[in-house]
Amino acid sequence: MELNKLLVTTLGVGLVGLIYWFFFGKKEEVVRASSEINIIVDGGYKPAAIRLKKGIKTTLKITRKDPNTCLEEIILPEFKIKKYLPLNEQVDIEITPQKVGEVGFHCGMNMYHGKIIVE
Amino acid sequence: MNKPIRSKLRIDPSSEFVHSSPKASLNNSKFVKKSFPVIGMHCASCARLIERSLQKTPGVISSSVNYASEEASVECDPKVKDKDLAEAVEKAGYKAVFVDEDKQKTADEVKQTEKKKELADLKIKVIVSSILSAFIFLGSFPEWFTFIPRFLTNPFVLLILSSPVQFWAGKGFYQATWSGLRNRTASMDTLIAFGTSAAYGFSLLVTLFGSNLENLGFPRVMYYDTASIIITLILLGRYLEAKAKAHTSDAIKKLLGLQAKTARVFRDGKEIDIPIEEVIDGDKIRVRPGEKIPVDGEIIEGSSSIDESMVTGESIPVDKKVGDNVIGATINKNGSFIFRATKVGKNTMLSQIVKMVSEAQSSRAPIQRLADVISSYFVPIILMLAVTTFVVWYDLGTFSQAFTNMIAVLIIACPCALGLATPTAIMVGTGRGAEKGILIKDAEALETAHKVKTVIFDKTGTLTQGEPLVTDYKFDSSDKKYLKDEEIKGLLTSVEYHSEHPLSKAIVGKFDTGETQRYMMSVKNFKAIEGFGVEGIVLDKKVIVGNKKLLDSNKININKNLEEKTKSWTEDGKTLAYVSVDGIHVGVIAIADTLKSGVAEMVSDLRRKGIEVWMITGDNETTAKAIANEASIKNILAEVLPADKAEKVRGFKKRPGSFVAFVGDGINDAPALASADVGIAMATGTDVAMESAGITLLNKDLRMVNTAINLSKKTLSVIKQNLFWAFGYNVILIPVAMGILYPFFGLLLNPALAAFAMAASSISVVGNSLRLKTIKI
Repeated sequence: MELNKLLVTTLGVGLVGLIYWFFFGKKEEVVRASSEINIIVDGGYKPAAIRLKKGIKTTLKITRKDPNTCLEEIILPEFKIKKYLPLNEQVDIEITPQKVGEVGFHCGMNMYHGKIIVE
Repeated sequence: MNKPIRSKLRIDPSSEFVHSSPKASLNNSKFVKKSFPVIGMHCASCARLIERSLQKTPGVISSSVNYASEEASVECDPKVKDKDLAEAVEKAGYKAVFVDEDKQKTADEVKQTEKKKELADLKIKVIVSSILSAFIFLGSFPEWFTFIPRFLTNPFVLLILSSPVQFWAGKGFYQATWSGLRNRTASMDTLIAFGTSAAYGFSLLVTLFGSNLENLGFPRVMYYDTASIIITLILLGRYLEAKAKAHTSDAIKKLLGLQAKTARVFRDGKEIDIPIEEVIDGDKIRVRPGEKIPVDGEIIEGSSSIDESMVTGESIPVDKKVGDNVIGATINKNGSFIFRATKVGKNTMLSQIVKMVSEAQSSRAPIQRLADVISSYFVPIILMLAVTTFVVWYDLGTFSQAFTNMIAVLIIACPCALGLATPTAIMVGTGRGAEKGILIKDAEALETAHKVKTVIFDKTGTLTQGEPLVTDYKFDSSDKKYLKDEEIKGLLTSVEYHSEHPLSKAIVGKFDTGETQRYMMSVKNFKAIEGFGVEGIVLDKKVIVGNKKLLDSNKININKNLEEKTKSWTEDGKTLAYVSVDGIHVGVIAIADTLKSGVAEMVSDLRRKGIEVWMITGDNETTAKAIANEASIKNILAEVLPADKAEKVRGFKKRPGSFVAFVGDGINDAPALASADVGIAMATGTDVAMESAGITLLNKDLRMVNTAINLSKKTLSVIKQNLFWAFGYNVILIPVAMGILYPFFGLLLNPALAAFAMAASSISVVGNSLRLKTIKI
């Protein structure tokens, strides 16, 4: 194999590995919420993983700081909640999880994800 | 230092004032309280000055200004405008801050405004980048377009033309990519930003260092046209998609639009028009012919015929009189009446419907799960595939092939179509249901309803009207010749009028004539004998109405002639009431719960679909059979206690391949509704919050059971088409973009064509879902 092809192949394989590590290798920080928790929407959800107690009402105080329209809606399908998030304005969502387990939430286009771990 | 405080205008009828004028002791119920910040105060006396100025404003009852919080509150007539108050404050030398209109808008209104702005912005970008892209395209292929001026082919001119498209029109892609990468996530925008940046970036290098690159073995090719056309087409796709998507939530907008704006209420003995938000429980409201009923309530005076089609889907106007419930947002046809508000604000039926529909539209259909899992891995996988494509083509082909194929892979991938496939169909489907009076609790109920193989109907109140009615009667006064039929009716109605029993009500309902009023007054010694009937003395005649046992216990002989003639009624499962006057048996009345209209038609429709139909009831076998025959239902479960209904439903579910729907009236049937695979509740009165049922029918028309199943079938088929299309599109076109067809047919996908396909795929998914709005169900 010619040198340039070898170089491109090696770089390519490295790049694939890097993409894999970058997107799938991240460790999620799980934040425990009490009666309320602030969530910032900026290129995703911060925090993206929240730990809640079953049967306890929690207010998710969500502020969107990202102008990307993909993030303008938040959907919590398990709680049948869909809310429009005006830019830079706090939106409160109250939830009382009734089942132990993991439930997801995501943006309107299902591109950005977060999860709620119910204990 | 006084800084302006911007707070929301509050209207709070319960709050206390710091200071109020003597006028405030009047009945304040028709006044509103407003609070607003005031700026420019230096001391407590400034506050008093403003108070006085405000109190001089016509319509203001009391005012109080708090120096510490820099806030003024006034109690005033609702007609007093913010502007008047602001002027009064200004007159005193200060400034009132009223929150601008935008702040008072609801989240939905803010969203509408934002969306409008976004669409307008997108439109400008599409137009400008289309024009620029056209020139770039012409300039990029001088060999095809020989007529174009020479300067357009200059790489620097192309660079100048394509830069605004890349960085102004495509700014959003970069913003989204950047914010995503910071969180180690990627989206659609990442793919487009990477794809077009690669094309633009390489062209820039060629423009600046063309000969150097050529020496290094790179071809002297530019891709300005590719980058610009991709951005233009994708923006155009987004524009069209946003326009189409706005229509998926039309049903909610339509429902909200039904609301009346004002109500004519009685306050302090006067009739005044007030905004609907200010109507409170117990308000007496007048509705004139042709007007919309503002909130839910009960008629206390007058009667009318009311068009409830907009809420319940029931096409025939319903006659309502004193004591009947009326629903907000329905239209009063010809009469005029006064009703007492019983449910206002978020408790009205319309608000509950809107809530239920929007909840269903936000829920997740089980069929969506796979698409959800895929979309969370989709973009990183495409990025890896794009790199692989480049490497393989570089090793086996040329740099140009490797480069264009990599861009095509990045651009063709469309996770959007996957994400939109199910939710858009669910939104349009639930909306369509709501228009027909079919409320769907969640996406799962809509998805599963079409699988039903067995439908079990509760009898009373579901298949039947739920109110006993007189179906037949026979009078024979041959022993008392002076009694005419009309007189018998008058006598028996007078006695029955004093009883609350449903059978008595049925008799009064049937025979109540003008005569009744005359006789009624003179009923003496009225007695209701529980389980038997009633008796009383009317115009010195002893009247007994009850079952056979009651006549037996009074030693009254049964008229054989009457008994013979009415024998078939017993066989039909009807309840018989015997009438005697002065110890002589003079009549028999048959009372039965009657079938709702359209039941037989609905049953045969269901059977045609291969669905088994059952009827469940607490009645005895004879009565049950009679009703079942009339409804042409062959399978019955009689003498089932209400508590055992759920158990029976579970029994059906255990049968192999069985998928059971239970249709009940939602009050005592809750356990059975919840046990069934699909619970269908008939809404009663204005209570639509049928938590235990997946589907609630707002009108009494049972044919809607069939319609609900059809709607489920049609929605599911649209979802399947969408998913098939979205999956198929990606599964087929990604390998094509990677160049899989090249070894066989020598075909490669042009990145610009990839952009076109990508834009078209999302639009077609939304378009297909919108079909549910007009499809026949």
